[in-house]
Parts: sequence; structure tokens; C-alpha cells
Amino acid sequence: MKKLLLNVLALMFIAGVGNVAAESRDYISIVGSSTVYPFSTVVAENFGKTTKFKTPKIESTGSGGGHKLFGAGVGVQHPDITNSSRRIKKSEVETAMKNGINEIVEIKIGYDGIVIANSKKAKQFNLTRKDLFLALAAKVPNPDGTPTVVPNPYKTWKDVNPELPDMAIEVLGPPPTSGTRDAFVELVMETGGKKFEFIKAMEKADEKQFKSICHMVREDGPYIEAGENDNLIVQKLDANPNALGIFGFSFLDQNADKLQGSVVEGVTPVFEAIADGSYPVSRPLFFYVKKAHVDQIPGIREYLKEFTSEKAWGEEGYLTDKGLIPMPAAERKKYSDIANNLTPLKASDL
Amino acid sequence: MNKAENTTNGSIRTVDLVQKGLARRYKAEKRFRWMGLCAISFSLLCLATLFISIFGSGYSAFQQTVIELDIVLDPSGLNPNNLSGADFNGLVKTSLYNMFPEVKDRGEKKKLLSLLSSGAAYKLTDFVKAHPDRIGQTLSLWVPADDDVDMLMKGHIDRNLPEMERRLNDQQISWIEALEEQGKIRKKFNTTFFTAGDSREPELAGIWGATCGSFYTLVITLVLSFPIGVAAAVYLEEFAPKNRFTDIIEVNINNLAAVPSIVFGLLGLAVFLNFFELPRSSSLVGGLVLTLMTLPTIIIAGRAALKSVPPSIREAALGVGASKTQMVAHHVLPLAMPGMLTGTIIGMARALGETAPLLMIGMVAFIVDIPGGFTDPSTALPVQIFLWADSPERGFMEKTSAAIMVLLVFLVIMNSAAVYLRKKYEKRW
Repeated sequence: MKKLLLNVLALMFIAGVGNVAAESRDYISIVGSSTVYPFSTVVAENFGKTTKFKTPKIESTGSGGGHKLFGAGVGVQHPDITNSSRRIKKSEVETAMKNGINEIVEIKIGYDGIVIANSKKAKQFNLTRKDLFLALAAKVPNPDGTPTVVPNPYKTWKDVNPELPDMAIEVLGPPPTSGTRDAFVELVMETGGKKFEFIKAMEKADEKQFKSICHMVREDGPYIEAGENDNLIVQKLDANPNALGIFGFSFLDQNADKLQGSVVEGVTPVFEAIADGSYPVSRPLFFYVKKAHVDQIPGIREYLKEFTSEKAWGEEGYLTDKGLIPMPAAERKKYSDIANNLTPLKASDL
Repeated sequence: MNKAENTTNGSIRTVDLVQKGLARRYKAEKRFRWMGLCAISFSLLCLATLFISIFGSGYSAFQQTVIELDIVLDPSGLNPNNLSGADFNGLVKTSLYNMFPEVKDRGEKKKLLSLLSSGAAYKLTDFVKAHPDRIGQTLSLWVPADDDVDMLMKGHIDRNLPEMERRLNDQQISWIEALEEQGKIRKKFNTTFFTAGDSREPELAGIWGATCGSFYTLVITLVLSFPIGVAAAVYLEEFAPKNRFTDIIEVNINNLAAVPSIVFGLLGLAVFLNFFELPRSSSLVGGLVLTLMTLPTIIIAGRAALKSVPPSIREAALGVGASKTQMVAHHVLPLAMPGMLTGTIIGMARALGETAPLLMIGMVAFIVDIPGGFTDPSTALPVQIFLWADSPERGFMEKTSAAIMVLLVFLVIMNSAAVYLRKKYEKRW
């Protein structure tokens, strides 16, 4: 009995070991943003099914985490591609160069809208970015008009703007690790803050102070960090009609029967408005490729070709069905050429 | 009996004091029992709520809506020697357009096509490759429907909502109703769920890839942690000298059993991935990390089992002339084995459900291909549940609950096996 058990275990072990260590990887390894993850996984799956290459492995580590892993060096144990919901920073490029990565190819894939949505059971909100800044920043300009900042005293939307309803401010949003949060802070909070002259002047004069006003979100209750799980935010909004949620357009699209997006500065968040740029809270999505890996790992060129094909990222493409806002045709051509020629990013572009 | 009787010097007898307090003590005991019963009932109620809510949202995932297509396998487009290049998507499209000849407009045609899953063409490809003799005939094939159609058929999309708020417009619903009348759309048992790997399309997603990954990971964990754990327990209990050094080791092992599991993930990242450069996201590294996590549990359970073997057995063995090693290996260890096995199975059950340590070593990833060995990238069942819970498509909500049900079934089986083994081999000294 014992011998039988040992033999069975040994056999199971050997069955697994049958595929032992390739010194070279034969699948593409991708890391990065959780916002770009839904789009790159669709492309990867299509790529795996329609070509003879293995399906790429894609991890959702967040944009920051992705750049860290990507820039760690060249070799099979490092990822080939990183997805990012923001542009790569100069410091990240420098770190990558220090670790031996000389050529990085930057490819923009499209735009993503960030919506401030609430349940259809409640009234649709009509907001401006200044309202959002005043409602959510940790420090706001003193209500008495002097060019100083005080901890945020506003408790209801009516305090912020008399035209808004008299409801307590309750916003569910992404945590600091999320690229969506970085984008929201940059597109909404900074723009809203700069509507005040003295804060606008601070951007050049005292950058640290500017960042502490515009980048810090209040932690006294009205802003609730709802984690990376956007499905959870959707469920919470359904249960609590007084709350608003901040997440990407694809989640609104998939749940249009339960949620509605707030009108921001007169523009309703619909596909057309985000595509033509009139909806102000939208940001570009990218992915970055290590040129050194392109011929070492099989399939990278073909993956790029699949991603930059019209049937994927075009206006009628399958990525659009998933909620990606496509780039205008000229921009698509530009990046498609970059992908074909593997033109590396120049530090001067950043 | 309740009246206090005075003794000769005026003090009350002890037994009378006891009698006086008896009623209160019985009441207190009754209250305590009742509170215990309430606590257990409450926890059972919570457990029942959990199971009912998971079952309620998950049972519909075991069915998949399929649509019957009559496909003409035109031999002119299909070369038996080069089937991969053929346009199966075109064949599927043609047969669907033939079923609704009144649809002419390009936009409407796209809406009609979106009723089918993108996996329909792959299903046809696989069928034709397996049965090349059917080329030239008309084929009746049941293909998976798109996840929006699936949600409608299962009642998760309300047909009565205004059109703007639905994922399917009125025209699409009218086509689906036409198919229903013709009997060409129905729900059948979802075998794809058990045979396919992960996918971005809910109707094509399955848990087989994650199950294989979990299996390989647990094999490595078992093969490594059981011998090492048992040997360590035997050494620490029987052979190690009892000094300060071994005391420190014992304290450390007890602490490690309580360390948050993500710390083991960080250790795995630093040692196995960065230093030893093992392949990232492979079940080999996952198994190694989970071994580190399970070892303290097995060692502690093993030591308790060894301690429970009575000294009379040991001394009897030594008395008839066995050496210390023989005594441990032939007498003590076999008797302690049931306890060690129970500890191992409980450790394995915990390892099956762990996600946090796998996060740091890269097993939380979108992996479509089924892993073939220990070094292929793979994911685990709880990780798959986590990834699906994060997806926006409505179809993934029921799949998440169904995957949770499958995981719970495995866990219940493993824990029941532990209880059964313990009961069967338990020896009362």
C-alpha cells in the first residue's frame, strides 16, 4: 500500500516534470495597467487562437508596478511588454537604460474615459471639474476668498455649488496605487484647482505646494477608496443611490441599465463625446515593448501586428466593443507604422 | 429542605447554603447552554446564507445557451489538406444570414452576427477537422451564443427595460424570439466551463486551466512538504537535544504558522525568482512557496501526533532490543501517522485556497493555454475566481459563483477526508 502510494506520487511528479525548464521562453510575458488589461487580454486571446504562437501571459500589476518590472533588465525572466494607463516617466526610462534596456517602443492604443457615475435611481449630476476639486481635495481654497488653503470643510454638494443637490458628498473611487486615480487627479483635480488664480500661479512657483493641494484627496470620509475591484463599486452604487463612483468608461458601458454617467462641463459621457475629445476626462492608453526581446521571444512582431490591426483597434474593431475609445485614423496610422518599424522612443519625446 | 437549619452553635450548614444557590446555578447553566446554542445557530445561519447566495447566483453558469446553425460545407472553399486557412467565420456568417434573409442593412447584419459567440467559428473548425468526410454536406451544428444572449435567456437582462438601457436592442430580441419559436435556441449543460481555460468572452471561459494549475501546484507542495515536515517533526521530537537552541526553533515554527501568507510570496519573489531565476508564473514556484507555507502546519501537527504516542510503546520497543532509530521508525511513526496525515490534508486544503502568495510570484495572470507541466505558466483556482470577479461583463458574475462552488466542493472533500481518516485510525490509549 505504501509502495503503491509512493509510486503513484512519483509518477505524478514525473508527468509534470516532462516539460522541464526551457532556458528560453516561448510565450510573450506582459505586465502592467489594470485599465489596459481588459483590452490586451482580448488581443492576446485572439492572437493565440488565430496564430500558431502560444497565448501571451498577461498580469495586471498596475501601471507603476508594470514599469518597475519592465525596467528591471533584459532577459527571459523579465517581461517583454508593459501596459500603461499613463505615459512612461523620464525617471523610468533612465532606470531602464541603467539596466541595459536601450530601446523602448511606445505604442498608444486608444483612449479611455473616466466617468463619475451614479445609480439610475437617482438624479443625474451636472458637475464641473472645479466642483469635483472642491468636493474631493484634502485642502481647498479658503471660502472667505483669501489666497490661502484650509482643510476641506464642505460636507454636501450644495456647499460646493449652490446649484447641486443638498446631498452629503459620498464618492467611491480608486486607491492611490491605481493608474485611474493618477489620471483622475491629473485631469480633474489639477484642472479644477487651476481655476483658482493663486493655485495656478503656484504650479510654476512652488511645485511641491501645488502638488499637495491638487494631488491629495481628502481622507475624512466623503471619499471612500473602493479598491481596484470596479465591479464592487458598481454593486455599491446600485445599493446606495446617494453615492457617486469613479471608474473607467467600459464599466459604465457594460452596466448602462443600472448606472448613468454625470455630465461634466456640459458633456455627457457617451462613446462619441469621448472619441472626439469633447468629454474632458479622458486619457490615452499605451503599451511599451522592449526592442531587445523582439526577435528572442517568438511572436512579438505578430502580436504587435494583431494589436495595431484595424479589426482590433479600428472604429468597428473588437476592442471598441469592449469599451476602448479608438484614436483618429491619422493617429492610428502613425502608431501602426511605429509598431511595424519598431521605432524606439526618444527621451526628448517625454 | 430549603429552610436553613441552625446547628448547635448557630451557623448555617454548608449543604444548606449550596441548596439555596442551586436554583440560581441551574438557571445560569441553562442560560449558558442557550447562549451557546444561539451562537451555533447564528453561525449555521450565516453559513447557510453564504451557500444559498453563492448557489443562487452560480447555478445558472452550468447551462450555456446554444443556437443551431445549418451550415453548408462548400467543398470549394475547404481544402482537406489545409483546413486552417479556410474561412470558417464566413461559413458561419452565411448560414446565419440565410436564416434571416430579410436582414440586408450592414449595421443590422452586424447586430445579427453579434448574437453568436466568437467561438462559433472555432467550434466549426474543430468539427470539420475531426470529420473531414462531412465536407460537401449540410451540417446542423449547435454553436455557443454570445454572452448577452445567454444573459437574456437566463433572465439576467430585463426585456421590459427601455431599449437604450439594454445590451440587446428590440430587433435583436425579436430575432431571438423567432429562434425560440423555431426551436433553434436552447440551453444545454455547459461542458465548456469544465474543459476550457480562461477567456475574455464569458461564454467561452472555463476553469480547466486553473484546475490543472492548482493540481500541479498541490502535487509539488505535497511531494515536498510531507517528507520534509514529517522528518523535521520526528527529528525535533525524538532526536533533538532539549536546549535553548531547539526552544528558539520551536518558537519560530509556531510563529511561522501564523505569518500572513503574502510574506511567503515576497520570499518566493526574492529567492526563487530573483536569485534562482526559476520561470515566473510557473506552478513549480507556486508549489515551492506553498510548501514553505504548509511546512509549519505539518511540523506542528506531526509533533502533536508523536507526543500522543504513549511512552509505554517506546519503552517496550527499547526493552526488546530495538535501537532508537528502529523504535522511532518501526513503532512510533506508524502509530503517529494518522495524526500527521490529518495535519497534512488540512495544510493542503489551506494551500488550495491561497491567493496572496501566488500574487507576488506572478500566478495572478491571464493565461489561456492549459498548462502541460510544472514549468508552464499557470494560474490557480482561487486566483481565477479573483480575476473573474474583477471583469465588467455580466456573464462573469455567475461564472465567479460557479467557480467558487467548485472550489468549495474540493475543500469540503479534502476536509471530510481528513475527518474520516482521523476517525478511522484514531487510537484511544
